Amino acid sequence: MDYLDNIAFAILLVLGIGFFVKNINKLTRNIKLGKDIDRSDNKKARWKNMAMVAIGQSKMVKKPIAGVLHIIVYAGFIIVNIEVIEIIIDGLFGTHRVLSFLGGFYNFLIGSFELIAFLVLITVIIFWIRRMVIRIPRFWNKEMKGFPKNDALYILYFEMVLMSLFLLMNATDVHFQDMNSGNLISQFLSPLFNSFAPESLHIIERSAWWIHITGILVFLNYLYYSKHLHILLAFPNTFYANLNAKGKFNNLEAVTNEVKLMMDPNIDPFAAVPEGAENQVPGKFGASDVTDLNWVQLMNAYTCTECGRCTSACPANQTGKELSPRAIMMKTRDRLEEVGENISKNGELVDDGKQLLNDYISPEELWACTSCNACVEECPVNIDPLSIIIDMRRYLVMEQSAAPQELNMMMTNIENNGAPWQYNQMDRLNWKDE
Amino acid sequence: MNVPTMAEMMAQGKQPEVLFWVGCAGSFDDRAKKITKAFVKILNKANVDFAVLGTEESCSGDPAKRAGNEFLFQMQAMTNIEILNAYEVKKIVTACPHCFNTLKNEYPELGGVYEVMHHTELLKSLVDEGRITIEGGEFNGKKITFHDPCYLGRSNDIYEAPRELIKQLDAELVEMKHCKSNGLCCGAGGAQMFKDAEKGTKEINVERTEQAIEVKPDIIATGCPFCNTMMTDGVKITNKEDTIEVLDIAELIANANKL
Repeated sequence: MDYLDNIAFAILLVLGIGFFVKNINKLTRNIKLGKDIDRSDNKKARWKNMAMVAIGQSKMVKKPIAGVLHIIVYAGFIIVNIEVIEIIIDGLFGTHRVLSFLGGFYNFLIGSFELIAFLVLITVIIFWIRRMVIRIPRFWNKEMKGFPKNDALYILYFEMVLMSLFLLMNATDVHFQDMNSGNLISQFLSPLFNSFAPESLHIIERSAWWIHITGILVFLNYLYYSKHLHILLAFPNTFYANLNAKGKFNNLEAVTNEVKLMMDPNIDPFAAVPEGAENQVPGKFGASDVTDLNWVQLMNAYTCTECGRCTSACPANQTGKELSPRAIMMKTRDRLEEVGENISKNGELVDDGKQLLNDYISPEELWACTSCNACVEECPVNIDPLSIIIDMRRYLVMEQSAAPQELNMMMTNIENNGAPWQYNQMDRLNWKDE
Repeated sequence: MNVPTMAEMMAQGKQPEVLFWVGCAGSFDDRAKKITKAFVKILNKANVDFAVLGTEESCSGDPAKRAGNEFLFQMQAMTNIEILNAYEVKKIVTACPHCFNTLKNEYPELGGVYEVMHHTELLKSLVDEGRITIEGGEFNGKKITFHDPCYLGRSNDIYEAPRELIKQLDAELVEMKHCKSNGLCCGAGGAQMFKDAEKGTKEINVERTEQAIEVKPDIIATGCPFCNTMMTDGVKITNKEDTIEVLDIAELIANANKL
């Protein structure tokens, strides 16, 4: 009968990790729905990028207050989770504080965990105040209604509860408090329980222990449904991020081939179609749905933690336009999830009559962009909303001829006289004599 | 003003040190033509061996590409590359950050590999090499703020060359709250120059001009013909045209040296 706890724990652990693995598989399947793009070059620069931007949080501290607070939670997340190793061993084998044989070092570790847990708790409360009391505008844009707003709050509540449980668990551990070493924070909590009988204390300690580990496993499985996925994806996302100058937009290779054919005087326009190519459907130019985007763009969408730094820096958004780079990422993810669900249900993608363009992202949003790269510059995890906007503009212009009328005139001018305005190319040097 | 064309140079069997890519705005826009001329005057003064393509130049394709018309962009690019390569051009300077970005970053994959400089970079190197000296007197005691063009700054990480030049003018360089990598766009990029803004509550150039006005400059300096237009309009809309001038870095230097 003594093993009941351990069996229950093992089942809980297997379920928790099992569901998580299932979700990760779904996540990778969905990301792989994207088109191929080669980001295997320049490994050294990529590792450096990841070390600086994801591990080193270099772009987070561009906003110093949020940056430093975030580093506390980030450090806390990594350090406090070392404690989870002990919890898992204790849970599986029925031991209690199995690592305490480390003696003074153990107490030093637990003391640091307590301090970090306390700092995280305070920080998360500050985060909540920034969001709900100070109401920092970027948390209140119109795309932050409903689930996105609640999602952010759930995460904060989760962290508050988990950190409190950890401290409570230590405060009610009579043996641990008796050692009076490593109880850096919990020693101030334990007097609150002075009047409790030892049995009640034991029950509280055990409950806190169980709820804490259960909470961690639930949180782990909440990630896939939440903006909080960034704690995992920030690393690959910075690794595979664009390394070129931000102003360099990719040249569509399919177009290069077409243009070369058009410009080559030796090409026979009446040449027979090559054998076997008669039924080939020409590729689509640009993107109208998530499957037209590349996998890095789709990973970007899952990585976005909806902090809104992009949107608050966006000149279009600042001046009241419909465009919000954060919403571009959120809508891409929502549509990708919908496509993923569709595949899970039907075994393959069955046309649902919807697409990313129009059903999620409107042309008005796309045409408000000045391609200024402020969103790309701001993103603390190197997400590139601009590349999605441009790919969708390409679809609008090259597949649908649906550019705004004034842009069509500009493009006609370039075609006819080599300038966006109606001036004759032969007049290009007139300024010299004016 | 001495403005040789590549065709004339070739006829004389000469190869200039650098090609000056004037760009559409620099060729046709009345305001931008003044920037073009100011830059040419400095090049003449510094005895820079340069040439222009003249009537053989065509749009770099930037606005078409940003608008999503990859076909038109690549047709423009390949046509331009054929001409540039036929003249065996190695080095290009331009006063337009959009042409600069496109030529520098997007032409190489299509067969056009050149050393491309923004005019502020070339001017900076002319100063460093002592080929021109900047007379400071004209701007003594004036406050100048620099508006970073997106396609020069964030897009290509060039922030210092224009600032170094302003510092040489004996003027006080004042920075806006949003400058360098945090600079706010003027509103013209991404082909917005050629269309009305989408529905909103404010024009971007007004927002940016107000940010500049906050630091009370005498001059808003910039390094892009489109930023220049947008900021000039912004200064007019905010009724500051009597107190604030909008000038290109090349114009500042030409004025300082009374060229």
